[in-house]
Amino acid sequence: MTVALDINNVSHKFGDFTALDDVSLKISPGDFTVLLGLNGAGKTTLYSLITRLYNNNSGSIKIHNFDVRDQSSDALKNIGVVFQQPTLDLDLSVEENLHYHSSLHGISKAVANTRIKDEINRINLSDKLKNKVRSLSGGQRRRVEIARSLIHKPKLLLLDEPTVGLDIGSRQMILKHVKSLCKKGELAVLWATHLIDEIDKGEKVVIIHKGKVLESGGVATIVKKTKKKNIREAFNKIVGI
Amino acid sequence: MNLVVYIRCFKGIVLREALRFIHQKERFFSALVRPLVWLGIFAAGFRSVLGVAIIPPYETYIPYEVYIAPGLIAMIQLFNGMQSSLSMVYDREMGSMKTMLVSPIPRWFLLCSKLFAGVFVSILQVYAFLLIASFWDIIPPVSGYFTILPALIISGLMLGALGMFLSSAIKQLENFAGVMNFVIFPMFFASSALYPLWKIEETSEWLYLVCFYNPFTYAVESIRFSLYSQINFEYSAGIIIFTLIFLFLSIMGYDPSRGNLQKKGGK
Repeated sequence: MTVALDINNVSHKFGDFTALDDVSLKISPGDFTVLLGLNGAGKTTLYSLITRLYNNNSGSIKIHNFDVRDQSSDALKNIGVVFQQPTLDLDLSVEENLHYHSSLHGISKAVANTRIKDEINRINLSDKLKNKVRSLSGGQRRRVEIARSLIHKPKLLLLDEPTVGLDIGSRQMILKHVKSLCKKGELAVLWATHLIDEIDKGEKVVIIHKGKVLESGGVATIVKKTKKKNIREAFNKIVGI
Repeated sequence: MNLVVYIRCFKGIVLREALRFIHQKERFFSALVRPLVWLGIFAAGFRSVLGVAIIPPYETYIPYEVYIAPGLIAMIQLFNGMQSSLSMVYDREMGSMKTMLVSPIPRWFLLCSKLFAGVFVSILQVYAFLLIASFWDIIPPVSGYFTILPALIISGLMLGALGMFLSSAIKQLENFAGVMNFVIFPMFFASSALYPLWKIEETSEWLYLVCFYNPFTYAVESIRFSLYSQINFEYSAGIIIFTLIFLFLSIMGYDPSRGNLQKKGGK
């Protein structure tokens, strides 16, 4: 069976500091997996390795069987990314930003027009297409970034703390939207967060702390294993806070 | 990945740079004002102090304004190259550089496309400058307006690649300001932009050597000769070699396995 994301024994250091220590995890198509960890746990470093911003010097990272290091082009074709920091060009319009992204994936203008229309409708921002990104709210910008990350039809969507700094309404809207994408079956999502209330009961969680994966599995399994009442208490016990 | 994909990507990167340029009108005006201040004030003051002998490619005595025009054109490209790399440091700090770097298209191609996009913008600025400079009687032969183009492309690439390499090596935006002082001003002043090399040699042998091996001198002289539809092989070869060196260094700088990105940790 194809694995959407297959990480095996990946470690990463910045000088003497070990940012990731022997990390392994697997995500299947259609999975919504939460990468849960405190700030500085190593989530962003892991994302940088998956997206080949950094090279993995140990272990392997495969996306739909393509090795990120050796078959980076095929691997990156299958990834959509929403980074922790906003990455839209504020001086360009929503449409210009989305076309720019399409061109970075070599998509023709005609195809891009159709996909942009579809994605922007899906996030209910079709009336903002010609607006400068600067004029959008934080929540709207995040939704545009999610739309952008889907234009090239990736099979794996990576979101690095996408709801940080947003109000409750925007957070819920974005979370609901991304979870609904998974339910259609093909898209796998890795959602990094430190906000425990973003996790639903039936989901898979990977708990990362100080660069190590301490626990992974379904919410119910982790709660049962730690003999706690809920995932918040289980998390606190696992990371020792 | 076929050629069409590469062409679409290249067009997209150039279009984005052009749109940013159009949206930032003040950038266009400041890029023009800077050389015009040099031309209108500095050159006017120094024309009586500095005499320029007949040197190639000139066939007669020329006013000082005519002499420094190629240097000011190269200055436009130098500032543009540094500004592009400054925007790369900014984009990297703000995160938008990541959008480009996670594209499935090879990174060397993305970086070269970004360089060409910057060169394209600098060429627009140069032609606008040449138009205004004609009011100062800086009027090269008509053919010069066409023959200058290859020199502008290669010098723009060289200076852009230098800026790109610097941007890969710089950790934060604040540090870039310091590097600008240590790169732009020494490069500009220790070159043939403001005074001919023979004049510098009369004053100081070591300063002459610094100026002679300064890559910016090669940009200035290539532009100077091409503006008069001539070619100087020594300077042309030099500028191509410097371009290849800086291009290699900048691609290495952004290579995830070798470059400086990893060392920055999180940026």
